Amino acid sequence: MAQTVTISPVTRIEGHAKITVQLDDHGIVQDARFHVNEFRGFEKFCEGRLVWEMGGITSRICGICPTSHLITSAKAGDEILAVEIPETAEKLRRLITLGQWLQSHALSFFHLSSPDFLLGFDSAPAARNIFGLLADHKDFAKRGIRMRKFGQEIIEQLGGRKIHTPWAVAGGVREAFEPAKKDHLLGWIPEAKETALLALDVLKKIHVKFVKDIPNFGNFRSLYVGLVGKDGELEYYDGLLRVRDAAGNTIADKLDPTRYPEYFGEASEQWSYLKFPYYKPLGYPEGMYRVGPLARVNICDFIDSPLAEAERVLFKEIAGENLVVNNSFYYHYARLIEMLFAVEKIEMLLNDPAILGGNIRAKAMINRSEGVGASEAPRGTLFHHYWVNEDGVLQKVNLVIATAQNNLAMNRTVRQIAMRYIDGKKITEGTLNRLEAGIRCYDPCLSCSTHAIGRMPLHVQLVDAGGTVVDEVLR
Amino acid sequence: MKPRVATVWLGGCSGCHMSFLDMDERLIELADKIELVFSPIADVKEFPRDVDVTLVEGAVANVEHEELAKTIRRNSRIVVSFGDCAVSGNVTAMRNPRDLNEVLSRSYVELADTTPQIPREYQTIAELMTKARPVHEIIKVDAFLHGCPPTADQIWFAVNELLAGRLPAMSSVYLRYG
Repeated sequence: MAQTVTISPVTRIEGHAKITVQLDDHGIVQDARFHVNEFRGFEKFCEGRLVWEMGGITSRICGICPTSHLITSAKAGDEILAVEIPETAEKLRRLITLGQWLQSHALSFFHLSSPDFLLGFDSAPAARNIFGLLADHKDFAKRGIRMRKFGQEIIEQLGGRKIHTPWAVAGGVREAFEPAKKDHLLGWIPEAKETALLALDVLKKIHVKFVKDIPNFGNFRSLYVGLVGKDGELEYYDGLLRVRDAAGNTIADKLDPTRYPEYFGEASEQWSYLKFPYYKPLGYPEGMYRVGPLARVNICDFIDSPLAEAERVLFKEIAGENLVVNNSFYYHYARLIEMLFAVEKIEMLLNDPAILGGNIRAKAMINRSEGVGASEAPRGTLFHHYWVNEDGVLQKVNLVIATAQNNLAMNRTVRQIAMRYIDGKKITEGTLNRLEAGIRCYDPCLSCSTHAIGRMPLHVQLVDAGGTVVDEVLR
Repeated sequence: MKPRVATVWLGGCSGCHMSFLDMDERLIELADKIELVFSPIADVKEFPRDVDVTLVEGAVANVEHEELAKTIRRNSRIVVSFGDCAVSGNVTAMRNPRDLNEVLSRSYVELADTTPQIPREYQTIAELMTKARPVHEIIKVDAFLHGCPPTADQIWFAVNELLAGRLPAMSSVYLRYG
């Protein structure tokens, strides 16, 4: 009898993501799906708002990466004003973007993922969180908390508040930076560098510890997409799009991100509130691509900071002759390389006298009826596309969110893990562990369209076609 | 026994939970004072019984939120609306003046170039309520924490008042939206 396994957090009643696995008559996995359960409707209710307000509104899409939405919104606004923003404004926007990367990557590794790695996948669920980590690995947890704090302080020193600052606007930024704030932030650098390096050391031990599991965590061929700088360097704020395939061939390069609709489409499905972006030349769903840390480190030619570049070279050794790493477990590695890069680059920017300039905003009227902003959010490329009337009132909005672009890959990962580990009618604790960890590699910031910040308490029911529960596991 | 505290995330952006984490090193102190029994940042299998204080972030926007809100009320001594979406609906309720089908249609039909369709497989995803509601319209709420998000200082003050057995009396500096 054909069956459906529903894997859902009991907290699905608060709207978390779910997984379902389809079994055939013989108990063999046919398919598996990752469902996203939340919708708020920004693309419609922003109509009628002014372009100047969009940063403040769209930052509320996500409490984890509000500053990425703010910056991307401001960039769409720059296009609508048709201005080139002052050098100081661009450098300050770069600085706040790196603060956002730092706090988000620290959250992903220290607060959300490391409890599994350090306390163990099989440790007591009640303590398997940052509080449990504080009990057992206090110094490490404290370092993680302080790393996230440093990222948040960069945002606060520039934007006046840690979450949902409206500081960046079309044309530049609202407030100039101050030497005292710069000095305060520079004081953090030695500790932050030490913490980033320590995290990499810890992760390398984790690679050894989980060597048998790693090949099954989202190990498949896909495209990789992201922005790269003008010399091919790792980029986070601006740049042009590059598409690389699973063998490391660059199949498209220097694509103008403002023309994203020519390259990327979006599909809807009945069973998820998260849409399914795909690369148009390959069609849906073959045009599956991955974005975020793994993609960015895969597609760039080099990293413009010495310690992170040295790590990138080591990362490439994993790729071997493929030239790209096709295994999603290494999102963690790429994320920590980016964390180190962020600290190094923050130091460079803080030492750049241009950030203290007073010319921070290009003022202009509405000069275009359409504008696209793109930047690299912590989880991947983010696009904001606005259409306005002559008064700057929004007529239409399209938002292509980083996590959504990993939707096809997350589904593929779930399917791979289900096919590898689910066999017949019995669900093991180990299977739950692996499904959960497989999704967490992507650090899915589902609040951008849903919930579930990485932790997925699971409730798996194996239900036969008549609705009878034949097996059940809670965790 | 340490006070049992839960934090819940309904229809919102998680910014209030991020502000909770912005208590930074004070979290170490908090870890000694409370038992965190349910939270999006922790692994727990279901909303537990016998919770002393529950902070609820977000508006009630779909049928699963509504069901969870009722469970929270049954199982919690004190329920706090945690941040503006819980307090007033805020950004999550910005869709309310519009027709829900038009809002859904914009995202899933007009802005999809492949298989445009509104997701309606309600055995796997939650059906949206016609209007997103503040938490107190669904269940009785004992205290309100304003702000989008409330600041870490404000959360620290409120949590400590609650742990001392008092409902937090917010000074004017904490009584603001946004």
